[in-house]
Parts: sequence; structure tokens; C-alpha cells
Amino acid sequence: MSTEPLEQAARAALDEVFDPELDEPITDLGFVSSLEVTHSGNVTVHLRLPTSFCAPNFAYLMVSDAKDVLSALPQAREVVVVLDDHHDSDRINRGVAADAGYRGTFGEEAAQDLDELRSTFRRKAHTAAMERVLTILLRSDPDLTEEGLHEVTLGDLPEAPTTRALLRRREALGLSRARTEKVLVDDHGNPHPREEIPLHLRFARSVRVSIEGNAHFCRGLLRTRYPDSTHDQAPHAQAGTYAGARNDRGDTP
Amino acid sequence: MYSKDGETYFIVDAHIALWDARPENRLNIHGKQFIDCFYDYHRNLGPESELWPYEEFLYQGGERLMRDLFDDGYVDHAIFQPAHLGAFFRNGFGQTEEAFALAQRYPDKLTYNHCWDPRFEQAGLDQLRDDAERFGLKGCKLYTAEWQGDSRGYKLNDPWSYRYLETCQELGIRNIHIHKGPTIRPLDRDAFDVADVDKAATDFPELNFVVEHCGLPRLEDFCWIATQEPNVHAGLAVAIPFIHTRPRYFAQIIGELLYWLDEDRIQFSSDYALWTPRWLIERFVDFQIPEDMTEYAPLTVEQKKKILGLNAAAMYGIEVPENLDVAERAVA
Repeated sequence: MSTEPLEQAARAALDEVFDPELDEPITDLGFVSSLEVTHSGNVTVHLRLPTSFCAPNFAYLMVSDAKDVLSALPQAREVVVVLDDHHDSDRINRGVAADAGYRGTFGEEAAQDLDELRSTFRRKAHTAAMERVLTILLRSDPDLTEEGLHEVTLGDLPEAPTTRALLRRREALGLSRARTEKVLVDDHGNPHPREEIPLHLRFARSVRVSIEGNAHFCRGLLRTRYPDSTHDQAPHAQAGTYAGARNDRGDTP
Repeated sequence: MYSKDGETYFIVDAHIALWDARPENRLNIHGKQFIDCFYDYHRNLGPESELWPYEEFLYQGGERLMRDLFDDGYVDHAIFQPAHLGAFFRNGFGQTEEAFALAQRYPDKLTYNHCWDPRFEQAGLDQLRDDAERFGLKGCKLYTAEWQGDSRGYKLNDPWSYRYLETCQELGIRNIHIHKGPTIRPLDRDAFDVADVDKAATDFPELNFVVEHCGLPRLEDFCWIATQEPNVHAGLAVAIPFIHTRPRYFAQIIGELLYWLDEDRIQFSSDYALWTPRWLIERFVDFQIPEDMTEYAPLTVEQKKKILGLNAAAMYGIEVPENLDVAERAVA
């Protein structure tokens, strides 16, 4: 029996595991260093991160999420996910292998579970996605003012990757995807008063700059640390808010 | 001083170190992981012409520091911001005695800031008083994610932190630099979260809080706080080298900082020896916001002068030659 169908399914499953802080799939980021499947259906994945000091809570999230999506594959039997070269590699690997959970893995150091952390970054990812679509809209329509963005609904957005990304982020937050919904809303889906739109757009912009900046950092550091990761990295799917942004220096090392 | 196109810039490098990460000073694997991570920053963000061999990166010594900053680097005054990292390095990462001796030898060129850690409680507080007198401290550098025993960090608004800040206020240590950067330890108790700066800045209005690395990757949280707290400043350490690898991204950082803060609260730092100041200064003076980024105003020469030196000079009471000070020139 060929191992290829399972390998493809495993790779597709890993595409759905996101770095919570960077809001990008671990596959695009180059964090998956190897994927092996056997004829009997065993899956072994190795993950690597940009530094030894990457936050252990984020590291744990990615390793355990990877194990979850792979274990959910009907064809998969034993699933092993290993994090390499991290200051907490041993602890995380043991914890994930034993399905000990975050608190079971880190004990006293982890005062609370990871749900709060995860939801913080979901909110940030949504905020950044709103800014991307609205900035594109502003640039494409000279008659549109920032305050005018108050009226813009999901139905007004073009069919584009940035729009699809926003809809996915709304779904992750449990917000409606109806065409009549306003685009620029707070974390609960409520629109802001018209006169506050410029301030909220501005704040959303700094959130987006922050997330993208961190992604530049992490992608670059990973390539420096593991030169062979260069060919594993895919360009940021949602960057390029600016025309020509793809020509930024540094996309290649 | 650096001159270009008829303009002269007074340069204060507000964040430098004299570190020792050689194998004999490392306590454990984490010491190596730490300096290796720094070296990856150095290799990833600096121009190829400025790259050092790994061995040279581990330790520079005073002579080389003086040459890199002042002979080759246009710097007029630099401020030591040491990280102790006693859980990783035998004799600490920042070299206190060597740096202080150098600052004593060149008092017009170097200022020595020291560090403290509230988890040493009363003993550390007594030490702080001694240190303030011995070093003549005007400022200090705090590394809130430092490991100590089982602890993986502290907050600026912890009760003991407040006692230290009260003591700083009493002793005239007015400038508190806090390292807030990419997240490392601890776990859910995020040591690089900037919210604790907000509380401390409100409760200690006489102190200046310089957030190093301007809160990246939490730029928006930092900006939000700095907008409301007039005594919160941004240090450009680790943000400014993006001027080489990601100039458009750097434009967005500086654009956001100028929007949310203002031109008086941003400080240039090379973070030597992560990077040398020469190329950073040259490029910053030449830098301009790309024309298609219409949401940001172009950078002016006056703004660059303030960021490169005048802001930190004002904070530290460093004398600026009369004809180089923006404010005085405006008055004249």
C-alpha cells in the first residue's frame, strides 16, 4: 500500500495548525522540519522554531494542535510529534506524548489553561484582517473616507484572499458571516460609532503591523538558524496590503 | 557626531552592552542558547558587510567597544544597559566592573546604568542603595523575564518592584529602561507583556519608563499605553535594524510610533554588540517613508535629530553643543 495518500492528508491537516501569534500555518512558516509515514499508518512529525527561547506556551499549543489534527485522520494509527532544539523540548515532548495537557506538562508554572491565550490571539488576528481589507478598499476608492468605512458591510468586500481570511477569523471568534454585517466591529461583532472609526482603524493598523513584524522576525530567524528551511517557507498569504510589498527586501535570505 | 547634506546630528546610543558569553562564563546550555539566539539576530538583520565571526561576537572588550562606537560609529555618548542573566552566566552576561571602569575613564562618552531584581527583596534593595552611590546611577535596566530559581520572571507592579521604584525615585534614578521584546519564558505569566508598565508609569509620574524594543511584538499594546502615559518612551533597540532587511516594515514601525507617541519620546539604540551603530546611523539619516505609504507623514530632519540623540541627551542631562540642539536653534 502506498504511503502517499496518508502523507498528503497529514500535510493538509498540518496546514490547519496555526502559530497563534503570527496567525500563519506552521507549514508555510517552515516550522515542520520532517514528516514520515509508515506503511502501517504511523505518523512522525518533527517541528522546529526560530529560537530556543520561543515562548513555551505557544510551542506547546502548536505541538499539541499538530498531534490533535493528525490523530483525527482516520488512516493514522500511532502519531508522534516531536519539538526539536527548544529549551523545553523534553518537557513538551513528554507532556504531549502522554496527552498530559498544558497544566499537566508544566505544573505550577502554568497557572491557567491556554484558552485565554488562544482567544487573545484570535481577537488580534481578526483585528488585523479587518484592517487589511479596509485599507485595500480605501486605496482602491479615492472617494471613500475613513469615516465612510462605517457603512461598509461584508457584502461590499471583493472576492479575494484577504476577504476569505477575514471571514475565517470571524468564524473563529463566533461572529456572523452574513453579507449585511458591518466590517469594522469590536471583538464581539458590534460596530463602532461613526466618529470613532478613524481611531479604531488606526489601532487595527498597529495590531497588523505588530503581527506582521513578528512574522518577519520569526521567518528570518528560522532561516538563519536552519538554512535548509528556506525552501519550506511559503510567502505570507495575506501580506501585500501595499502594491509592491512582495518586493520587500528580505523575502529571500 | 554625524554630518550629511549640511546637517549635523548629535548621536546618543541609548542602549549598549559589554557582554561576555564565552564558554568559560556560561553556566549551562541556556547560556549558549541565549548567545546563539543573539547571533542569529545579528546574522539575520545586519548587512553582510557588518557580520562578525561567532568567536568575536561572544566578547568584545572595552577597546573594541570604544572603537566601534566612537571612532567608527559617530556616537557622541552611549549608555550601558546591562542584562545580568545570572541563571545562564557565571559572572553575569553584562560585565559590570569592566563597563563601569570604562565609564569612569571616559565620563564624557559613557554612562553606566545598572540593573536590579525585586526578587532579591530587602537584600537587593540595600544593594541598590550602595550601587546608586558607587555608580552614580541616573538609570537602570530591568529584564523582567530573567530566570531566578523556580521563577521565570516578575512584573513591574509586583509589591517589591514598587518598593524598588520608590527607592529609585528617592535616589534620583529617574530613567527606568525595561526590556520588553519577543516572548520567552515564563509561561502564561507573560514576562514581556507591557501592561505592567502602564500601572507603574501611572503611579510613578516622576520616573521615565523607556520600553526597549518598543514592545515588539506587542507594538499596539505599547502604543496604546504610551499615548496615555506621557512618561513612557520607546527605545528602538532591535526595531531599527529592520531598516536594512525590511525597510517598508521599519517605515510602519516608526510611522506608528510617531503617530501614537511623538517625536520627543523615541530613542535611537544600536543594542551594541548585537549591531554596530555606524551603518544604523547612516541608514536612518538617509531613510524616508515610502511615498505610497500615505498614512504616514514623511520623516523630517528635526525628527531624526531628536531620535538619534537629542531625546536621550535631554533625559540624561547630556550636554549638547549649542548649535546642534533643535530647540535652541529654533529659539535663536
